[in-house]
Amino acid sequence: MEVSITVNGAKHSSEVEPRLLLVHYLREVLGLTGTHVGCDTGYCGACTVIVDGIPIKSCSMLTVQADGCEVRTVEGVANGPELHPVQEGFWECHGLQCGFCTPGMIMSSVALLERNANPSETEIRQGIEGNLCRCTGYHNIVKSVQYAGAKMRGEDPKGASSEVAS
Amino acid sequence: MTSTSVMGGIVRRKEDPSLIQGKGAYVDDVKRTGELAAVFVRSPFAAATITSIDIEAAKAAPGVHAVYTADDVRHLGPNPAQVAVGTLRPLLADGAVKHVGEAVAMVVAENRYLAQDAADLVFVDYEPGEVVVDLKDAFADKVKVHGDASNILLTWHGHGWWEGVIDLPDPSPGIQEAKERDDTVTVSLEMVNQRLLPTAIEPRAVLADWNSGYGSVELWSSSQIPHAVAGAVGVTFGIPSNKVRVVAPEVGGGFGVKLNVYPDEILVCFASKELGRPVRWTETRREAGFASTQGRGWVGTATITGTADGKILGYELEAICDMGAYSHNFTVAVPLLGLFIAGGQYNFPTSYALHCVVTNTQTTDAYRGAGRPEAAYYLERIVDHFAREIGMDPADVRKANYWKPEDFPVQTAIGLTMDSGDYEKNLDALLDRVGYEDLKAKRDAARAEGRLLGLGLSTYVEVCGFGPSALAGLGFSWGAYGLPTAFNGSGVVRVQPDGTCTVTIGTGPSGQGHETTWAQIVSDGLGIAMDNIEVHHGDSVDLPMGIGTFGSRSIAVDGTATFEATARVRKKAAIIAGHLLEAAPEDIQFADGRAHVAGSPDRAVEWGQIAESAYQPHTLPEGVEGGLESSVVFSPPNATWPFGSHMALVEVDPETGDVDLLEYWATDDCGNVINPMIVDGQLHGGIAQGIAQALYEEAIYDDMGNLLTSSMANYTLPVSTSLPLFSLDRTVTPTDVNPLGVKGVGEAGTIGSAQTIVNAVVDAVAHLGVRHIDMPLRPKRVWQAIQDAKE
Ligand code: FES
Ligand code: FES
Repeated sequence: MEVSITVNGAKHSSEVEPRLLLVHYLREVLGLTGTHVGCDTGYCGACTVIVDGIPIKSCSMLTVQADGCEVRTVEGVANGPELHPVQEGFWECHGLQCGFCTPGMIMSSVALLERNANPSETEIRQGIEGNLCRCTGYHNIVKSVQYAGAKMRGEDPKGASSEVAS
Repeated sequence: MTSTSVMGGIVRRKEDPSLIQGKGAYVDDVKRTGELAAVFVRSPFAAATITSIDIEAAKAAPGVHAVYTADDVRHLGPNPAQVAVGTLRPLLADGAVKHVGEAVAMVVAENRYLAQDAADLVFVDYEPGEVVVDLKDAFADKVKVHGDASNILLTWHGHGWWEGVIDLPDPSPGIQEAKERDDTVTVSLEMVNQRLLPTAIEPRAVLADWNSGYGSVELWSSSQIPHAVAGAVGVTFGIPSNKVRVVAPEVGGGFGVKLNVYPDEILVCFASKELGRPVRWTETRREAGFASTQGRGWVGTATITGTADGKILGYELEAICDMGAYSHNFTVAVPLLGLFIAGGQYNFPTSYALHCVVTNTQTTDAYRGAGRPEAAYYLERIVDHFAREIGMDPADVRKANYWKPEDFPVQTAIGLTMDSGDYEKNLDALLDRVGYEDLKAKRDAARAEGRLLGLGLSTYVEVCGFGPSALAGLGFSWGAYGLPTAFNGSGVVRVQPDGTCTVTIGTGPSGQGHETTWAQIVSDGLGIAMDNIEVHHGDSVDLPMGIGTFGSRSIAVDGTATFEATARVRKKAAIIAGHLLEAAPEDIQFADGRAHVAGSPDRAVEWGQIAESAYQPHTLPEGVEGGLESSVVFSPPNATWPFGSHMALVEVDPETGDVDLLEYWATDDCGNVINPMIVDGQLHGGIAQGIAQALYEEAIYDDMGNLLTSSMANYTLPVSTSLPLFSLDRTVTPTDVNPLGVKGVGEAGTIGSAQTIVNAVVDAVAHLGVRHIDMPLRPKRVWQAIQDAKE
């Protein structure tokens, strides 16, 4: 089937099998391997991308369902060489270890901050509840999103040095 | 020291800019031209004889290149596991299956979708046999897993634990006599330390590319031990180590599950060799429960005998430890690691029997902590229970039995030497910080209102930093692969001709930030900026040896190798710089990317000038060879022994049994710290996994050996809303086992935490008559325990 999808601002027209998952389209057809696959039950969130403004698990969507949509992936959130505040927050606050969950975490966090500029700790935790991380215990991910939120609101964000035991 | 000192400082990770932009290359992101995809046909039975396998329809299916069974790979031998105790797994099931999910056939096709289609056309006839899953039944040999052999592979004891190598006197003098005394109390609890699925978020993945021209193979594998995998591939196919390259690129979490050599790693190499094309296999999440190792799985009884003043006169632990169906890399060694610290931080007589027993389930092996969380769980639960029964504060009972700082180095009852410790100081630091007395008052006040608040404490000591050469051959032998039999560390530090630095290390990190921490060590030693240092790891051709990352070993062992290599490079660079500056080498100091003469910062040369000279030997002083690099293999004289104290405050809902974790504090001591941000991150993740064992996770098998929790939807991993923020602090008791004074921190959080939570929950409901609840403390279990206690 013929699909036309805009990914990170670039329009792609492709002929795809009807059963091709969106995550496989991104990874294998477009070569955007930043979006990861961690499960087969739509549970881990490693494959999260933003489709028309909404965070979606791309392993649970067929490519043909995204026909005509705007898709954003982790490769498209930075503004050229300038990191997105969420990316910066994850770097500053040690919000990643193995980094496998990170692209999905970043996309869920971007979507969260786009709909709620000043989330509480609880709202942050709820916002990323669909994304599993096995490495961080979520502690520094929460801090990373708080950092990004502060930065996006023009406040002075707090990095890892404000927190680490000496 | 240098003015660019970055040791002990928070430095943002060098790894992160790549990972946060989606540029990290995990195995599934590495592509080779002409790849084929493999899929496995797996057994639906936990015990069965295979009477026939019909592969004809699958072979004829669209896009299929080959279908392999045991007949095709038998000549390669069994899976090259490294501890050859018990039955080794065949590469593909050979006439029988011993657990659900055991691989029976491999289908290779143009892509994964077609391979899966064809796998559904492989018809296997099974004659089901008797299954044993229950550990006590297996221990009693009610049903035998492997022919006539007993299910009990071996029993680890506290003394004579490796027959003929270490044979110590009975370490439990007087325990029986103490039990018979009138003034002693003996308490006992039977407890389950349940099976877990390690669950790295990146499933395992492999890609092999055999080059028939060179007779060599390249294998990309999501592994913690690329060098060991290379050794195993070489031995299996009869090719020398310089023809095998194993690369562990970015690895998306390990936790022990990637600390094995698996049949799939061998089989994709075989298929690539046969078919002349690269072959890839990626585990599905459901498969991870069948194809990858699991952790824990003990049923045991802990017993303490002591006096009413809290003095413990004997600790006994007997447990049945589930090995699953086959032996892998460390399978029977996991309980041994537990045995190493089973007596914890206490000075009292001990007696152990840890039975390694096979069942018709997937193999168990290391999972974060590997035996040490289990051992710490039994010990710290029963110490807590003893304190409650004699009516003493649990902190005071612990202090009454600790080894004291002046006792170090401590010779343990099983013949190991603990390097350093100050347990009481560490515990006091925690108690002061949390305001222990106030917390207890708060808990008691809430209880008076009918709220079920509980305060739980655990302290722990662990053993890591493997490993001492003295332990070589004691089951930690990888000699069968031509690998070194001791777990030494390796590191190469090379200054490039332009004055930048390349560091190559023998670790296999999966998120531990080694590129950053190792760059800090080198930057500190050479005065070269962090940005000018690149750290490489995870490629078996880079270094002659590398043991990998597990057992919290990397920094203490490979970190030290790099530290020593750095010192040697600095020494030679000082000679060259001294020559260029007409000064004595002893007077040369390194800082800010330059070498200068002590006391005259203007008499300086850049690293680039030193390197330029080093690579033009005619410019060097007489007797100095060209080049500027050092390669060091470090053999630690001993393991290291981190320790710590953890506390949790929980509230139990009396109506539902739901446990709310309100606060979690930890004061850990891992010796010197190179990057506190990374160390804290390791603790966060470790603590989360311990809490998850206590409250959420359990790998459940039914009586027929079906794994009921093979998807993330029914294996309850903690999500962001399940956990609180953690409050960390540390004490610093350096080790003298290595010059960095570092002990390792990867597993500490997990070893300290599960029993902290259970102690807290039991504390919340003890006044209702509850004495123990087995993990995971899901609401139903807690609620049921409260109801049972009422009766
Ligand atoms: S890959 Fe796990 S939710 Fe999509
Ligand atoms: S950083 Fe490893 S899973 Fe999140």
